[in-house]
Amino acid sequence: MQEDKYKIEAKSTSVSDSSSATSGDIDYLPPKEIPDQELYHSHSWWTTYVFSQDAKYIGIQYALTAVGTGLLGLILSWLMRLQLAFPGLGILEPSAYYQFVTMHGMIMVVYLLTALFLGGFGNLLIPLMCGARDMAFPYVNMISYWMFVVAVIVLLASFFVPGGPTGAGWTLYPPQAITAGTPGSDGGIILMLISLILFVAGFTMGGLNYIVTLLQMRTRGMTLMRLPLTAWGIFTATVLAMFAFPALLVGCLMMTLDSLLGTSFFMPAIISMGEKLSYEGGSPILFQHLFWFFGHPEVYIVALPAFGIVSDLISIHSRKNIFGYRMMVWAIVGIGALSFFVWAHHMYVSGMNPWFGFFFATTTLIIAVPTAIKVYNWVLTLWRGNIQLTLPMLFSLGFIVTFVNGGLTGLFLGNVTVDVPLSDTYFVVAHFHMVMGIAPLMVVFGAVYHWFPLITGRFLDEKMGRIHFWITFVGSYAIYFPMHYQGFVGVPRRYFEIYDSPYIDVSTLTLNAFITVAALIVGAAQLLFLYSLIYSARAGKKAPKNPWKANSLEWQTPEMPPEHGNFGKELPKVYRWAYDFNVPGAKEDYIPQNVPPSQVMGAKVEKT
Amino acid sequence: MIERKSIFKSIFEKPWEESQSLKDNEHDGKAFSITGSKLGIRTIMVVSTVIFSLFVVTYSDRMLVHDWKNMPEPWLLWVNTLILILNSYFFHKTKISSDKADYENIKKGLYVVGFLAYLFLFGQLIVWYQLMSQDFYATSNVANAYFYLLTAIHGLHLIGGLVFWSRTTSIFLKKNFKLPSLQNRIELCAIYWHFLLIVWFVLFGLMLFT
Repeated sequence: MQEDKYKIEAKSTSVSDSSSATSGDIDYLPPKEIPDQELYHSHSWWTTYVFSQDAKYIGIQYALTAVGTGLLGLILSWLMRLQLAFPGLGILEPSAYYQFVTMHGMIMVVYLLTALFLGGFGNLLIPLMCGARDMAFPYVNMISYWMFVVAVIVLLASFFVPGGPTGAGWTLYPPQAITAGTPGSDGGIILMLISLILFVAGFTMGGLNYIVTLLQMRTRGMTLMRLPLTAWGIFTATVLAMFAFPALLVGCLMMTLDSLLGTSFFMPAIISMGEKLSYEGGSPILFQHLFWFFGHPEVYIVALPAFGIVSDLISIHSRKNIFGYRMMVWAIVGIGALSFFVWAHHMYVSGMNPWFGFFFATTTLIIAVPTAIKVYNWVLTLWRGNIQLTLPMLFSLGFIVTFVNGGLTGLFLGNVTVDVPLSDTYFVVAHFHMVMGIAPLMVVFGAVYHWFPLITGRFLDEKMGRIHFWITFVGSYAIYFPMHYQGFVGVPRRYFEIYDSPYIDVSTLTLNAFITVAALIVGAAQLLFLYSLIYSARAGKKAPKNPWKANSLEWQTPEMPPEHGNFGKELPKVYRWAYDFNVPGAKEDYIPQNVPPSQVMGAKVEKT
Repeated sequence: MIERKSIFKSIFEKPWEESQSLKDNEHDGKAFSITGSKLGIRTIMVVSTVIFSLFVVTYSDRMLVHDWKNMPEPWLLWVNTLILILNSYFFHKTKISSDKADYENIKKGLYVVGFLAYLFLFGQLIVWYQLMSQDFYATSNVANAYFYLLTAIHGLHLIGGLVFWSRTTSIFLKKNFKLPSLQNRIELCAIYWHFLLIVWFVLFGLMLFT
């Protein structure tokens, strides 16, 4: 059947020496020295679906758990917005507002986005894209997921302890995080810290799998530079996580001890409620450094997989080879490396030495260079491409625009002098929601619309998808654009109510109401998306095999959705990179990675 | 044997070019000529190194504050260090006997190694007990707190190693193994034990000299 599809076109004149040999010769590969991996086979319903060791199932489990937690984060944001817009209704107590801010932040950054991109897409796609049957250590992979579940349960349990969850802000700065008077300073913060420690431990096990699988378990012919950019993004993000998460772990451990035992790692001498506490000499700034040494790479742990995925979506849905593949890989690696030298730009107002700030402002602006290269390359990939306005493409376009917007405000905040007046205003809120909230979520949605047929064999509903896209895209601008303005006029963040003050303009209050209405509508559109997931999984339009005509290996499995072991009897052999779209001389406008040269004799890739 | 490029060199390849493509077709899909589990243990060691380095960095930062009071190092810590050195030495010997498939000595070696590891942990607990009975509590000074924290984290790493040691030992005793996989297991455990010895040298040295 495949021979039919890739029939040679009469272009023998352009055939070069090496591919003019007979088909038997050019497809010949010396036999493999190392046998395939031994695969774990489950025996019962429990080990197949619950304590699964199959990376595809684990990926879906991760994704569902993350989305479930994220839904809570969404509801918390609704309540916060209602409070901000209509303080007269008295929807939230001040302490509840801070608790919701904290939980919303932590859930969205760590338990939703990180878990979804690396745990979800990482597990689903890495073995399939490498051409492996499963992860390197399936058992460890299962433990990793269940550690994540425990971490989520511990996090949610903090809602039910006396004092409620912590209200210290997602940055958890000591001393206020563990001092009486901060909401959840006794039980809530401890559970939060324990939950983060569990998350890091579980995540390290997952990351171990991703790294080993991507480096050592690829199939024949799959060199690193033949991997789709999705794999590169997830790989680099995982490496970042391996270096960044320990900082969070160390910070959390020491703060747990400060809180439980009364040690003074971070806690300075403090007079609280008229009494001198037993702490002495600790350095709160030290925690800030640890936190942001994790926190900034964390931004890229979320962003790099998004960069990778969106590169593939744009290439596939505009039927064009990605522009500057090598440059894209270098940019991913470069951004990853640079991300460890910018952390203190989150601390410009912590009273640090101005030269320190100068250094970090410089590195921060340098990181804009590889990022800009990526944006140009996405746009240049679209240039003269055969753009299909499918749902994944719509979301990818939405991502580019949103990411550029959020990135530009980052240039403002990266400069010390501009940042100081804007610090702790809604400008910052708008910036980071645009760049690491909406932009990666656009990619998440694009990716779900793209890979849903791979998981279920059905398309997501097109009509609901379009409604979902336009409400989300336009709606998030309705939410976050006005916030930039609010920040410029000086509205501070982290206030549960904007009091009647001569410094706060009336327009701020009306804007707050407008933003809240927009937020409610955008949130509701996400519920439509969830409904569409359930509906389409059961009754969606049946998808043919490889519905988007993509080249990468996950679509080339004998069955779709892929079965246990992914590739049937024999692992695929890879003969090309993942971007052979519209190759001159080939009959189809795409050549999958596992199509041998003999089947596309006349095709000749253009120079990039 | 396939010639391997470093990852940083391979990112300069042009996968779309025909000459590169012909080379790539024969690539076996591995970045390094080692087993996956060996790469795994190396990754774990890298992550642990990052964790311990961060502790050392915060230690040296916190040390500069005026309230830091140095803590005595009980002589028992030297004994424990010696035990850990012996532990590594015997693991190395066990590894050599596993390479020779000398089952009798593998068995002895595994027992000795496990015994010494537990002895080390027990010794550390005694040190804790001694210090606490001399009123060196974690709360009384942050130097004490660092001592307890660093020894605890190091001990936890060793306990993690013991989990794999006990798996290996039980597989060995049940005779339910293939030789190469047993050798691989013992080698990985030995590497990890040497790593923990080096970590201990760094931590002990740090606490000794400050």
